[in-house]
Amino acid sequence: MRSHFDEQLTLLNKELIEMGGLCETIIALAFKAFDDKSIRKSKEVNRLDNEIIQKERTIESLCLKLLLQQQPVAKDLRLISAALKMIYDMKRIGDIALDIFEITAEENKNNESVMFHDMSLIAAMMVTKSVNAFVNSDIILAEEVIGDDDMLDNYFFEIRQELIRQITQNPEKGQYILDLLMVAKYLEKIGDHAVNISNWVIFSISGQHKEE
Amino acid sequence: MEDNIIEMENLNLYYGDHQALKNISMAIRQNSVTALIGPSGCGKSSFLRCLNRMNDLIENIKIEGSIKYKGKDIYRKEVDVTEIRREIGMVFQKPNPFPMSIYDNVAYGVRVAGIKNKARLNEIVKQALIDSALWGEVKDCLKKNALSLSGGQQQRLCIARALAVQPNVLLMDEPTSALDPISTAKIEELILKLKEKYTIIIVTHNMQQALRISDYTAFFLLGELIEYDKTEILFSKPQNKKTEDYITGRFG
Repeated sequence: MRSHFDEQLTLLNKELIEMGGLCETIIALAFKAFDDKSIRKSKEVNRLDNEIIQKERTIESLCLKLLLQQQPVAKDLRLISAALKMIYDMKRIGDIALDIFEITAEENKNNESVMFHDMSLIAAMMVTKSVNAFVNSDIILAEEVIGDDDMLDNYFFEIRQELIRQITQNPEKGQYILDLLMVAKYLEKIGDHAVNISNWVIFSISGQHKEE
Repeated sequence: MEDNIIEMENLNLYYGDHQALKNISMAIRQNSVTALIGPSGCGKSSFLRCLNRMNDLIENIKIEGSIKYKGKDIYRKEVDVTEIRREIGMVFQKPNPFPMSIYDNVAYGVRVAGIKNKARLNEIVKQALIDSALWGEVKDCLKKNALSLSGGQQQRLCIARALAVQPNVLLMDEPTSALDPISTAKIEELILKLKEKYTIIIVTHNMQQALRISDYTAFFLLGELIEYDKTEILFSKPQNKKTEDYITGRFG
């Protein structure tokens, strides 16, 4: 009865999964640049960021088309408006990954990836999980992401403690260490965006905002 | 706080053996627009017609329960049906002007009500045509035959005719389904303006229309009132799965 609309919604899901995948890749690549000099020189991270921006446009016009043609109500309306909000968060994640890359790709940075290994994995996973929660209408998975954020915050505090320790021992390395603190803060911001996405997922399924 | 102008309790309606309305209880708020939605045959038009006793003439009809207008049951024996229909007017799906002049169409009910004074009649006709947003288009040709008007104008004339007898409630049965988008937009604007003075209950198949003009929406299915809520809530967060399925087109 509404097969065309349902096909378009399936397409929307597919595009969102792809955008989430791009976010995951760009985060991983930004951190690889710590160790891998070839990534520092390549334009791959910039290319991915552009691709994410393009994806945002594509999904945005698909959503606007669906709003116009289908005049959705109830769950459909919530789903499409949630998608419109989520892509903003995903685009920001791409931008933040690019900011991270600007630090990790600097000449003097070496072998710092170990410190961020777990934290970056969790941040990337939170993004993937939040998009999957949307696609599968999985409210429990969305809530899990919100819980993961505490873990990310703990990593941030641990790394900050470690960096404070380093800066007192080597005050001459202050700028270098502050850069690393920025990286940790960026990861923490990525987690916040994943939490935003999860909140939109919960809204689209239940019609309730998490805070209510 | 808005007051209820019409209250129904346990309303049942039977056409012979067929039960068209099942135990409907609801209240209509004064000076609001209430939309009735639901698939064909769900009982929404039967329901609308109960409200000013338009069903009275149908054979084998049986109505149980109560419908109170301003606190008084309209199905009591001593009730004057003509008076009820004056207070609760109706506009139909297809514009149905009488084959007479524009002026006489509007003046018809007023004359029946006994007002013969020419100046008074002129005044009432003018006001009704102003209220129905038709005055500007017809003020110079009030003697013209109403059937020469466009469909949209005819429908606004029918609204003027209903308004002329100074009702409190207007029942509208898909008033724009036979009209083009511009005429539809004019009627919708009109409805939003009219609710300052009147209470409006409208049957519509156009859900976007219900969203645009109504304050409350009632969803009917197979003679039952499934959900009744503020329009914004019903269309964004329906409580009942059947409502959700119907408004998102997953029904059937």
